[in-house]
Amino acid sequence: MTTLTERPDRPTTVSADDPRLRDRSAARSYTVLAVLVAVLAVLPFFLDDQTETVAIRTLIFAIMAVGWNLMSGYGGMFSFGHAAFFGIGAYTGAYLLVEHGVSPWIGMVVGAVISAAAGCLIAFLCLRYKLAGSYFALATFAFAMVFLLSVQNLDVLNRTEGFNVPILSEDSWTMMQWKAGSPLYFWIPLGILAVGLIGTIAFVHSRTGQYAQAVRDDEVAAASLGIPVMRIRLITVAASCALTSLAGSFYTQYYFFVGPEQAFGSAVSVNAIVPAVIGGIGTIWGPLVGALIVGPLSEWIADVLREPPGFLSFLEGLSGLDVAVYAALLILIVLFMPKGIYGTLRDRFRS
Amino acid sequence: MTEPTSTAAAPEAPPDRGTLHRPSEAVVPLGVVAAVVVAIVLVYAVGDRATDLVTQSVVTGLLLGGVYALVSVGLTLIFGVLGIVNFAQGAMLTMAMYLVYEMTSSGGLPVYVAMLLAVPIMFVFGVVVQVALLNKLTLSGSHEGPLLVTLGLSLLIINVLLMIFGGRPLRVPGSVDGSVEIFGAVASYERLIAFAGALLVAAALLLFLRRTSFGMSIRAVAANAEGASLVGVDVRRIYALTFGIGAACVAVAGGLMAPFLSLTPTVGEQFTILAFVIVVLGGLGSVTGALLGGLIIGLVQTVGALYFPGTGSLILVFAVFVLVLFFRPQGIIGASS
Repeated sequence: MTTLTERPDRPTTVSADDPRLRDRSAARSYTVLAVLVAVLAVLPFFLDDQTETVAIRTLIFAIMAVGWNLMSGYGGMFSFGHAAFFGIGAYTGAYLLVEHGVSPWIGMVVGAVISAAAGCLIAFLCLRYKLAGSYFALATFAFAMVFLLSVQNLDVLNRTEGFNVPILSEDSWTMMQWKAGSPLYFWIPLGILAVGLIGTIAFVHSRTGQYAQAVRDDEVAAASLGIPVMRIRLITVAASCALTSLAGSFYTQYYFFVGPEQAFGSAVSVNAIVPAVIGGIGTIWGPLVGALIVGPLSEWIADVLREPPGFLSFLEGLSGLDVAVYAALLILIVLFMPKGIYGTLRDRFRS
Repeated sequence: MTEPTSTAAAPEAPPDRGTLHRPSEAVVPLGVVAAVVVAIVLVYAVGDRATDLVTQSVVTGLLLGGVYALVSVGLTLIFGVLGIVNFAQGAMLTMAMYLVYEMTSSGGLPVYVAMLLAVPIMFVFGVVVQVALLNKLTLSGSHEGPLLVTLGLSLLIINVLLMIFGGRPLRVPGSVDGSVEIFGAVASYERLIAFAGALLVAAALLLFLRRTSFGMSIRAVAANAEGASLVGVDVRRIYALTFGIGAACVAVAGGLMAPFLSLTPTVGEQFTILAFVIVVLGGLGSVTGALLGGLIIGLVQTVGALYFPGTGSLILVFAVFVLVLFFRPQGIIGASS
C-alpha cells in the first residue's frame, strides 16, 4: 500500500497494452486504501466508548462483506451461508483458547485455515454436482444451518451455552486482551480489513482474479480458453472464507463470548450480504461503503427510538425498526441501484 | 432470458405434465415411498423404541407433513413458474397467522372463518409484491435480484410484525377441542383438520392446474415463458397471479396451523427452511413432489426426534437435503432426462 511514487518523466501517451495502465489503477486503489487506513487509525483517539463500539462493529461488518464479496461478487458464487465461515472462525478461536489455552492469534490462523478448507469442500461438492444460482445459494444456506444445529447439539462445543473467554486481570498481547476501550480493539479489525482490501485489490488485478471474473461471466467460454475453472473458483472461495473467519475470531475476542446464534445464525449471513449489496457487489470499495452505512444505522435508529422527536413518538421503545429499515433499504437498492451505491456513483463519475 | 428455470443446473420438471406418466418416471417416487415404509418398519422392528411411541411419532409426522406440504406447494409453484426462490415464504406464513390472530382476538371470528378471510388478503398481497417488487427482476432473468428482494421482504415482514405485536408469544383461541385415537396414537382434531385441509387445498390446486385453461396457461409459462407469450398468454399477469396463489397457500396453511402453534414474529422462519428442503426433495416446481416431500420430511423430523431430541432431528432433515442436492438435484419427481 506504499508502492506509489510519482514518476516525473512519464510519457504523455501510452499504448493500450502498456502494463503501467493496469498498474496505475491498482496503485491508485492502494493509495486510497493507505489514506483511508491512516485516517481511520486515529479515530479511536477521538471517539467515546460507545461510538467506538459501533465503529468496531462496523469494521466487523466490513470485513465480512469484503470477504463475501470476493466469492459472491467476483466469483459469482452467491453464498447465503457465510455464517458458516464466520462461525468456524469464532468457534475455533474460542475452543482453542478456552479448552487448550492457545493464543487467539494462533486460533485466528487455525480458524482461517479450517474455514478455507470447509469452504472449498462445500464449494467443491456444490460445483461438482453443478449447483448454480439459486441452488448454490440454498446449498450454502443449508450447510450453515447444519453447522448451527451441529454446534447446538455437540457437547464438546458446549451446545447452546457457547464459550466465555476468560477475562484476564492485565493486558496481554498473546491473549489478545486489553482493558476495555483500548484503541487496539479498533486497530486489529482495521488491520484485518486492510489486509482484506489489499487482498481484494491484488486479487482483482491478478491473473487469478481476472480468470475468476471471466469464469463468473461465462463459465463455458472461460473453460474453453483453458482456464482451470474449478481451481480458480476454489481459490476465490478459500480467500473469501478465510477472511470471513478472521472477523469471527476477532468477534469472540472482542465480545468475550460466542454462542451458536451469534456465530452461525442466519442473521450473520445476512450481515455479510446486506452491506455488500447496498454498497455494490463486485466492486472493491462497495462492501466498505455499505458497511459504513449499515453499521451505524441500527445504532442511529436505536438513538432516535430512545428519545424520538415528536412526529416519531409512536415508534418509542419499539424493537425491530432498525432491521425493518435496512431490509427496506436492501429492497430499494436491489430494485433501483442494482450496482449498489458505490457502483452506481462510480459509473456516473466515469460517464 | 425469461426462461424461468434457467438457474437450475439439472433439467427442471414443469409442474406435473398432465397424465404422462411413463413407467420410468414412477420408479423413483415409488422407490422412495417404499424406502420410507421399510425405514419405518425397521424402526418398529429393531429401532429399540417403544411401539406406541413410534406409532405416535409416525402419526404426528404425517399430520405435520401435510401442513408442511401446503407451505411447500406455494413455494414450489412460485419457483416452477417464476424461477424465484421465495425467501419470504415463511414470513408470509407468519403474516397470515397474525392476520388470523387479529381477526379472531379482536374481531371475535372463529379461527377457520378468519382463515377463509385471510386467503384473499394474502392473495392480493402476493400479487402486489410480484407486480411492485419482482416483475422487473423476474423478466430480466436475474437470479440474485429476486433472492435478495425476498430476503429483504422476509426481514421487513418479520420486523414490522415485531413492531406491531411485540415479541411475546401469542395464542390463537382454538375453536375445536378434543382428540381422536389412531392405532393407539393421539391426534388432536385441530391437527387432523389441518392435515385434511392441507391435502384438500393441494388436491384442488392440482386439479386447477391440470383441468382449467388458466391452469394450463400457468403450466405453459412454467414450461416456456417466451413460447407462452407468443401464443397469447400474458406472462406478467400469470406471474402476478401465481405469486398470489403461492401466498394464498400459506394463508391457508397459516390459518390451519394457528390453533396449535404459539405465535411469534419468527415462527415462520423454520418453515422457510423446511419448505426449501421439501421442495428440493420433491423436485423444484412439482406439486405432487412437494406433497410427497412434505410427508417424508414430517416423518423424518418426528421419527428422528426419537433418537435425536431437541433440534437434533433437524440435522437429519438437512442431511436428507444435502444428499438430495448432490445425488438427485432434480428431486423425487424431477424429470430424469
